[in-house]
Amino acid sequence: MTAIYILWLRELKRYVRSRAQIVASLGQPLLYLLALGFGLEPVFRKAGNGSYMQFVAPGVIGMTVLFSSIFSGIGLLWDRQFGFLKETLVAPVPRIRIMTGKALGGATVAILQGLLVVIVCLLVGFRPRSVAAIPIAIVFMALIATVFASLGIAIGSKLENMQGFQLIMNFLVMPIFFLSGALFPLANLPRPLAAVTSLDPLSYGIDGLRAALIGTSQFGITTDILILCCVAILLMALGSYFFSKIQL
Amino acid sequence: MIKATDLVKTFGDFTAVNGVSFEVQKGEIFAFLGPNGAGKTTTIKMLTTLLKPTSGHIQLDGLDPTVQQNEARRRFGIVFQDPSLDGELTAYENMDIHAVLYHVPRRVRAERIEFLLNTFELWVRRKDLVKTFSGGMKRRLEIARGFLHTPKILFLDEPTLGLDPQSRNQLWTEVKNLNQSEGVTVFLTTHYMDEADRVAERIAIIDHGRIVAQGSSQQLKEQTSSESLEGAFLALTGSSIRDEKASSADQLRQMARMWGSKR
Repeated sequence: MTAIYILWLRELKRYVRSRAQIVASLGQPLLYLLALGFGLEPVFRKAGNGSYMQFVAPGVIGMTVLFSSIFSGIGLLWDRQFGFLKETLVAPVPRIRIMTGKALGGATVAILQGLLVVIVCLLVGFRPRSVAAIPIAIVFMALIATVFASLGIAIGSKLENMQGFQLIMNFLVMPIFFLSGALFPLANLPRPLAAVTSLDPLSYGIDGLRAALIGTSQFGITTDILILCCVAILLMALGSYFFSKIQL
Repeated sequence: MIKATDLVKTFGDFTAVNGVSFEVQKGEIFAFLGPNGAGKTTTIKMLTTLLKPTSGHIQLDGLDPTVQQNEARRRFGIVFQDPSLDGELTAYENMDIHAVLYHVPRRVRAERIEFLLNTFELWVRRKDLVKTFSGGMKRRLEIARGFLHTPKILFLDEPTLGLDPQSRNQLWTEVKNLNQSEGVTVFLTTHYMDEADRVAERIAIIDHGRIVAQGSSQQLKEQTSSESLEGAFLALTGSSIRDEKASSADQLRQMARMWGSKR
């Protein structure tokens, strides 16, 4: 147990100490909020859908959690050859505990990052429907973080070198983000697009965040939770399998 | 303490280690000397549970590391060729994590960390982030960490690569002291002749996955009628330069050098 705790604590310490990086990573969400939030506002309103800022803020929060959690897992790749991971893999600790500590740590950091973006959203003018919405939103952030931290670990364990990383970024992570309804509503989409977006786990996460924060939901909050939990369990199993197979 | 019998490791149709056998006595300092691509790192990885041998037997302190992995891991420490410290944590924190992972009892932890940091002259910098350390200091920290859980064996894979002579000298003095005082068996790989000559009690020269000669430095010089260990080494392994494909590890290492990680 202490092994899991100390590895979890390590992820947190690393996050808290990277102050410059924390500020820099708020740049992208801020950009989306300001450019798209204010830019698409008039068009969205005219289409009768209300405020785009309100609509897109949960999407931006979800995006932050997605990227933060996936990168914590993919960071494994660099860590494997150069860092600390080798020390953990040769230690007399079962690998599953190492992976759990790292996944929980990565997920916690992703949630903290998400909370910072919530604050940024509030500063820019986003208003959740109630204060009680925040804890529920945190639950969804935790689910998204767990799903994608596990996916990140699965990928980081499997990849051999940094070239694969670019491929993953452009052909997996970006599509997951753009096809999740983070930036546009999922109602009334042409059928192929509707099909693809419903296969994206992040869609259910973003939907859950919207349900919690602004009260609109495409799939229903129960469906969201159920699907996220199932995918989380699946990916945790996949991640731990690949992690256990790492050969240095 | 360490016994390897007919170790073989093949990767596809490439044989990295081809029937290596040797024995290391308790408390001995034993060196594996060989050119690039000889199979040194592959052998160490097999001894330290990081790779499964294709065939052959290993015994570490009476245990088979392929069967009793975690039990065997408690008995040895290893310092890798590439740094495995967490640069974003302090020296003390790095030691602490190691202590937890290797089940060092809590009461003993603080004492042992203090003792080793003092031995390797890092106590004053214990609260500093490791990324601020020089290459020599990082190496010393890793070796201090390797001793933390009072292992029976310490594996060192090219431990002084890239260090200046003062650091190397100091490092070996401290390792030899701990070898004497705590009876730790030391197994190292290197291609620094003077080091193997000075530090190791027995040396095995490995080339193309096979042990070409074994014995003390004196014995090897006599065997090849050479004046120096380097002469013996070249006589046994030939003078041709070893070309190899840059592995993904080498590519990452180059990138790390580019991005300024000091060694």
